[in-house]
Amino acid sequence: MTSYRPVPAGTHPLNHSPAYRSTALRAPQLPAIRLPAFALEYAGPQVGAAQLQPGGADLTAGGKAQGQRILIHGRISDEQNRPVAHSLVEIWQANAAGRYRHDGDQHDAPLDPHFSGAGRVLTNANGEYEFLSIEPGAYPWGNHANAWRPKHVHFSLFGPAWASRLVTQMYFEGDPLLPLDPIFMSVPDAAARQRLVAPFDLSRTQAGFALAWRFDIVLRGPEDTPFESAPHG
Amino acid sequence: MAELTPSQTVGPFFHLGLTWPRVPATVGSVTLSGQVLDGGGAAVPDALLELWQADAAGGPQPRGGLQRMAVDADGRFSFSIVKPGAAGSAAPHLVLAVFARGLLRQVHTRIYFPEDSALHASDSVLQRVPAARRATLLAQRDGAGLRFDIHLQGPQETVFFDV
Repeated sequence: MTSYRPVPAGTHPLNHSPAYRSTALRAPQLPAIRLPAFALEYAGPQVGAAQLQPGGADLTAGGKAQGQRILIHGRISDEQNRPVAHSLVEIWQANAAGRYRHDGDQHDAPLDPHFSGAGRVLTNANGEYEFLSIEPGAYPWGNHANAWRPKHVHFSLFGPAWASRLVTQMYFEGDPLLPLDPIFMSVPDAAARQRLVAPFDLSRTQAGFALAWRFDIVLRGPEDTPFESAPHG
Repeated sequence: MAELTPSQTVGPFFHLGLTWPRVPATVGSVTLSGQVLDGGGAAVPDALLELWQADAAGGPQPRGGLQRMAVDADGRFSFSIVKPGAAGSAAPHLVLAVFARGLLRQVHTRIYFPEDSALHASDSVLQRVPAARRATLLAQRDGAGLRFDIHLQGPQETVFFDV
């Protein structure tokens, strides 16, 4: 039987994080109950092509969207460094002005008819993905006086099982708003928090067209597989 | 050993990127409806739910059985489900994850069926739950369908699992 090791303390935020005010009435107060290793939650599902959309890798309408074009790319693997292959990756983000294409976003900043704001691709056999997007703007929110979310891109990932499901946010290296943001700072472990910050990637920039940022993602995965038990010298 | 990427909240604008088509009712399906509520008893209008289940024989569906739905402005949802089978000593159940603004990581719960009380006595997951809280994991009969409310917090707080 495969098993998933517990998530190391400090990796994920506690849902009860008072500096992020929306947690106050939504974070459960009672301790979560540990599941046994044979629970359905460790047996799947794997989510791939069934939910794919055509054209989901380009959020810019062929480069016509306003703002700095960027390639967002990276590799998705599990804890054992195995690639998460042919797996669904969904992203969504604000436009260059810091406005989402969403009825609930009342920020007084312009929408861009050429920016879709959402993308959906599958990883390849090596677990790699890429999107063409634009650099999102920061935007104000009501959490505290003069609060601004740092530039970010929302990511949704699946991996090998229900237990590996992850929704997260990619941030941009060097953003001065990061240490001021209670959502980013909710990750207790500083090294873990840094794994949410994508570095600039000169090697993947496209000359004359787009800059590039690399966001690698590690999902939970089973500790044992019979395929890896073969002796090695 | 590669280090895990941390979770962050799905935020209020997930509909933009995470909307999937609704799974239609089929022959033999039942309606599972309910409401997501916060610790003050107010509806949570911006939650996203994901539901997964075993097949009729109780086995995992590696590439199927998954549904996703955003709640409406009143925090309400309505899935069409086909009841899964029992597997060994495990009583039939659905697994459910709740994502929302104000949740920095999704919370995990399970939905069991009201007619299976005999099986619940031997279900090894339910047996880990204090007896007084098990009722929060049971769907209630609601006409021809089922009802399951999710209390993120408060005196009726739903049991959540460390997955």
